[in-house]
Amino acid sequence: MSTRVGVVLFPGSNCELDVIEAVCSLGAEGEILWHGDATTNGVDAVVVPGGFAHGDYLRPGAIARFSPVMEAVAEHARSGGPVVGICNGFQVLTEAGMLPGALQKNRGLKFVCSTSRLRVESTDSVLTSQLSVGDELVVPINHFEGNFTCSPETLAELTGDDRVVLRYIDNPNGSVDDIAGICSEDRNVVGLMPHPERATSELLGSSDGRGLLQSMLVAAGAATVA
Amino acid sequence: MTEPLHRSLGLTDDEATEIHDILGRDAVPLELAMYAVMWSEHCSYKSSRIHLKRLPTEAEWVLVGPGENAGVVDVGDGIAAAIRIESHNHPSAIEPYQGAATGVGGILRDIFTMGARPIALMDPLRFGPLDDARSRWIAEGVVSGVSGYGNSVGVPTVGGEAVFDPTYIDNPLVNVLCLGILPTDRLVLAHATGVGNLAVLLGSATGRDGIGGASVLASAGFSDDDESKRPSVQVGDPFEEKRLIEACLELLDAKLVVGIQDLGAAGLSGATSETASRAGMGMDVDVSAVPLREADMEPFEIMTSESQERMLAIVEPADVDRVYEICRRWEVQATVIGKVTEPDTDGVGWLRLLDGFDGEELGRIPADSLHEDCPLYDRPRRPPADLGARRSDDPSRLDPPADLGATVVGMLTDTTWISSQYDHQLFLNTVEAPGGDAAVLRLKHPGTGVDTGRGLALTTDGNHRWCAVDPRAGTALTVAESILNLAVVGARPLAVVNCLNFGNPEHPEVMWQLSESIDGMAEACTAFGVPVIGGNVSLYNESRGANIDPSPVIGLLGIIDRLVRRPPGVRFVDGGRILLLGEPSTALAGSRWAFDQGHRGGMLAELDTVAHTQVADLVRSLVIGGLLHGAHDVSTGGLGVALAEMAVKSGIGFNVARIADHAELLSEAPSRVVVCVDAETVPAIERAAEAAGVPCSRLGVATGDRLVVKDLLEVSLAHAAAEWRDRLPRALGEGTAQG
Repeated sequence: MSTRVGVVLFPGSNCELDVIEAVCSLGAEGEILWHGDATTNGVDAVVVPGGFAHGDYLRPGAIARFSPVMEAVAEHARSGGPVVGICNGFQVLTEAGMLPGALQKNRGLKFVCSTSRLRVESTDSVLTSQLSVGDELVVPINHFEGNFTCSPETLAELTGDDRVVLRYIDNPNGSVDDIAGICSEDRNVVGLMPHPERATSELLGSSDGRGLLQSMLVAAGAATVA
Repeated sequence: MTEPLHRSLGLTDDEATEIHDILGRDAVPLELAMYAVMWSEHCSYKSSRIHLKRLPTEAEWVLVGPGENAGVVDVGDGIAAAIRIESHNHPSAIEPYQGAATGVGGILRDIFTMGARPIALMDPLRFGPLDDARSRWIAEGVVSGVSGYGNSVGVPTVGGEAVFDPTYIDNPLVNVLCLGILPTDRLVLAHATGVGNLAVLLGSATGRDGIGGASVLASAGFSDDDESKRPSVQVGDPFEEKRLIEACLELLDAKLVVGIQDLGAAGLSGATSETASRAGMGMDVDVSAVPLREADMEPFEIMTSESQERMLAIVEPADVDRVYEICRRWEVQATVIGKVTEPDTDGVGWLRLLDGFDGEELGRIPADSLHEDCPLYDRPRRPPADLGARRSDDPSRLDPPADLGATVVGMLTDTTWISSQYDHQLFLNTVEAPGGDAAVLRLKHPGTGVDTGRGLALTTDGNHRWCAVDPRAGTALTVAESILNLAVVGARPLAVVNCLNFGNPEHPEVMWQLSESIDGMAEACTAFGVPVIGGNVSLYNESRGANIDPSPVIGLLGIIDRLVRRPPGVRFVDGGRILLLGEPSTALAGSRWAFDQGHRGGMLAELDTVAHTQVADLVRSLVIGGLLHGAHDVSTGGLGVALAEMAVKSGIGFNVARIADHAELLSEAPSRVVVCVDAETVPAIERAAEAAGVPCSRLGVATGDRLVVKDLLEVSLAHAAAEWRDRLPRALGEGTAQG
């Protein structure tokens, strides 16, 4: 049986079908997790996708964190299942307290849709286990609030515990310490601003996101066996 | 003395008399207000409709032509594509952010009204010059508005144009094109059929924003009291629109809707009368049932408000509860506000405005009289008095530029500052992103998601200089350019939509321009076998007493029959050979260079549609065959700019020869494409060109760090690239365009 990936759908999310298409192209199954249902339906991995959950009103992720599904997502994480927040999903996970820090407006105060170059900094996470430290990846970014920030203590903790999983090579948004993605203490919750699902086909410009999503599927398979 | 009500609403005395004749009595103020918006130029096309009839609209793949909310073509594999273009010029001049944002919102509704999921936006934009502070403010606000709304609503903006020119000072053009796809069997039309069916208003509550937008703002020129028109600009809410899209598409999938129409210009007056009129029915409208943002709104305000993010669905009574259920899930408000009624014994469908379905009748209007039967004008037309003199004054008499390198480099503009603020990747379709000659999208089935292995291509083009010299030939040349833009990405053309941006139709010279332009489009589209399936007319584009140069914008949809690799793109490869396909030319009339010298005369280079088709067919087959490393059509700025753009975009210089003079480098004559190929492929290309009857000349080599045209031009690549890249960030602010 193939790995089941649940993709959370809030009103205003817009990358949910892209994530499903990408994981299906890697042999997994994707299904929608409706924000109003307090369950993850027993999926093996959860993706909180990009978009504008609840219109990003008040602050990105600030309303979404109260959706009934989020308690189920937290429970999935507590039991060791992989949870990946992409872009708006990263913002939701920080608002929900599942990852530290916050995403503020880009340096330059403009939305930026572009291609970013990333370097893999740690392979000890559910999103990078199949890659090597130092690998360079070309992955699109698409955000207004992607400028990662956190207290100096948190930064020291993230770097000291090898929890910075991806860094930008050319920092596009002002993120502290060039951080593009981080993981939780248990290393099974990852948030990143770049969109790996948008880098799964050479026809679209890059397939460097496949290794990231493949890592998530491997972790999902392991979590299921455990 | 007080002005009669009809005049302050924007109706002429003759129109007021006609309304009296239709009703057989004086109209009450509510009715008059509804006629005023529906008979406005913006809604009725009353000055242009008789001319638009001359456009070719039919082809075997056309499913829906002009007159509906969007044109629809069959693209095979059970998939249909819906496309439309609109203008939001005047609102954007007054309030750039909201004007542009609501332009995006409006065009999206036109597309999902047809049952299609919007998959791509394009934004052809025109602003005043970059050295004008107000123009910069408008440009920045418009781009932010497109970005803020389009990104948030979740539809990628995959291309467009940005032109900065003095003719658009104080009157920017903000055109928006939207493409959607649908399973062919889901196509729905905006018809209120079935007596007793219910009209359900979906989406936002109705407020006072945008009252009279169509009549006050879009159908008159600007004057000094523009500030007072700001309340006529609507305010957009992309989150509401996103939920509305999802709810409507789910309603259509569940087959709960017999007809659906968006509320755009003229608001409820438009949606109720148009759906009823198209079906030959009447409708009872309970004005008191409309959810309001402010409790004390008058019926005329409710019926003419242009509050955004609203749709009118026609639903069978038995299905209303299921409609409510789906709308609740998406947090979309849904309210029954009307009932479809039988026409009277004379066949007249009446639109009755009621205070409660069983309450007082506030007004009673034949639905057709607001929509189909609005007055049509054949306004006086006259060519400009100096036309003959201008045409006989050719820019070949001008002195050549002292520094041809600076001339070419000065025409390079990287638009990444704009496109990087737009999500152009969503839905995993975008093969060719903004910056190419045309956008290329994978074609996946909208129901199953299965990739067809084919692609859609989209381009928008306009050239106000060509059209200022000769609106008829200039428009035909614009259509021709669009066809080449598709050819260089391997696509063949399917359908044209157009946005006709012109000045004040009460000026006979403007009406002449409009009529000529339509004829030029009709001639070119007929010659190329491409139907026109929709359009928009924006008149009264004038400010400070001057009409804008005629600015028709052509949107062209094409299909790529086999999409297996990315198109070659606007680029060189190191060591590549540079060839010109098509006849060299020295015609300078209408060129960017001539206009920059203040020269607006001469005769445009002639368009030979047969030769043009040969070039397009050749290029398309070379692209699909994978023989080209780079391909770029020659247009604004001529061969010099085409070569320089390929150089700066690839970071590779060039060394070319056999270009006679500045005219050959700056001519914008049609039917020419620059290609870059491997040295060993050159003979094959030459043989293919000869077989196709297309001239092919070897220009030189792509290599090095300088742009060199022997005996004419030499500049460093680094300088050209910096000027190209920095032009917009320098004028509009660094933003995050760097890095």
